[in-house]
Amino acid sequence: MDFQTFVFFFLAAILIFASLRVITARNPVHAVLHLILAFFTCGGIWALLQAEFLAIAIILVYAGAVMVLFLFVVMMLDINIDRIRQGFWNYLPLGAVLGLLMVLEMGLVLGSKYFQVPAADALVPAGVSNTKEIGALMFSEYVYPFELASLVLLVGMIAAIVLTYRGPKKSKNTNPNQQVFVKAKDRIRVLQMPVEKD
Amino acid sequence: MDALMNVGQGIFGGAWPAVWTLLKIVLIVAPLMLGVAYLTYFERKVIGYMQVRIGPNRVGPLGLIQPIADGLKLLLKEIVVPSGANKGIFIIAPMLAIAPALAAWAVIPFTDSLVLANIDASLLYIMAITSMGVYGIILSGWASNSKYAFLGAMRSAAQMVSYEVAMGFSLICVLMVSNSLNLVDIVNGQGEGRFAEFGLGFLSWNWLPLLPMFVVYLISGTAELNRAPFDLAEGESEIVAGFHVEYSGMAFALFFLAEYANMILVSALTSIMFLGGWLSPVGFLPDGIVWLLAKMSFVLFLFLWFRATFPRFRYDQLMRLGWKVFVPICLIWLLVVGVWMMSPLNIWK
Repeated sequence: MDFQTFVFFFLAAILIFASLRVITARNPVHAVLHLILAFFTCGGIWALLQAEFLAIAIILVYAGAVMVLFLFVVMMLDINIDRIRQGFWNYLPLGAVLGLLMVLEMGLVLGSKYFQVPAADALVPAGVSNTKEIGALMFSEYVYPFELASLVLLVGMIAAIVLTYRGPKKSKNTNPNQQVFVKAKDRIRVLQMPVEKD
Repeated sequence: MDALMNVGQGIFGGAWPAVWTLLKIVLIVAPLMLGVAYLTYFERKVIGYMQVRIGPNRVGPLGLIQPIADGLKLLLKEIVVPSGANKGIFIIAPMLAIAPALAAWAVIPFTDSLVLANIDASLLYIMAITSMGVYGIILSGWASNSKYAFLGAMRSAAQMVSYEVAMGFSLICVLMVSNSLNLVDIVNGQGEGRFAEFGLGFLSWNWLPLLPMFVVYLISGTAELNRAPFDLAEGESEIVAGFHVEYSGMAFALFFLAEYANMILVSALTSIMFLGGWLSPVGFLPDGIVWLLAKMSFVLFLFLWFRATFPRFRYDQLMRLGWKVFVPICLIWLLVVGVWMMSPLNIWK
């Protein structure tokens, strides 16, 4: 077993353990932390496959930014675990079907040799920066899907703002025009009441 | 050097590359830790003189042994774990704070050959690793089971995520003009240009053509470090000391070390991206690591100067500065640089 294989198995073991803990941990904060560990390890495995741009991107975007906000929200939630587990058996069939589908898809991808799909030659010659390669492809061949994706993100961003924005702050300036026309009885009410005694 | 390699090969055999890398790591981390210790001394002295005080002057000549004494004191103190704390995370959090601060140094070039790992995407690596530093702070705040610590962690997380955006944009400008993600190439690119040919290298560095980005990077860097005037995360007048209020002894010291190691890291990055790294400012002096250290010291002095000068920002002002001032400036300057590079006036060929 050469060193690279050893590193792969080491990272894979951590990844599987972390992913398992994501769905089994009782404390939601622990689950999120294991998800972060899973992303980080996944980045390591991608770096091992010489996809250094993707490896760094997953750490930068998912582990470094998305999960911070996620953790932020989860830490402030007061989650009652028993109530979440209530519908477990009702949802199990649907979840099992989805899980089977995912296993099937992964099998199709990983077993491409068996299904005689010509495998892409993944090895890149040394000295080719795959950041540059991805950039060139993204802005030439895939420019329309890329722009479309950014448009979808923009729509999402605007939607989030529209949903949470409550209009500009109410102005606290006084209007002299209204002040002039104010009468005493609008502001003050004189009540007649008997004296109270204990 | 070859003789050393041969001797090492003889003693350790196949394990020599690993041992040699470990040796290099020690050679980077040991001076870094010493630098951190004396940065605290320097900070107290500089701020002392700015406030017409003397600063530490009791331990050793001129108070020079003060940081060592402080470190020893912290080492010998007990680490108290609060009763309601989440113990595992409480102990892991300081480690999560200091690990990225040290790991980022792997790709920092000190001269064009003196670098631990000269990788192609080193700029991206730095951004990815430094973005992990926020977990130490968030988790310490959450695990402490204290309101003050939690408030500090919340503030700090929002602040670091916001300012990372502006910081990333200013670095995108740098990588556009250098046409590379490699820090060594970024510095070498700054050594070329019309002014450099006249022997006035310092006018060819990125700080001049990218002046707005230099300012944005420096200020966002200060915010990212949670340094004054952006130290809302620890605002001692409102939330005691923020996220590390429950920590004592060496666990507290790790947060402290992480903060100062990050300060040195940001000063090194500013020097490399905008101030020409190890390049000499004028043509008749040789390039060398001395210049990098001098530039880093200058940037570090700026951080201390900021702390002594500016009052703390209010939280809404902080968010306004990050999102409504820096991000638009960055977006506009990104466009300006793009158009500039495509026009005949392009100076980065």
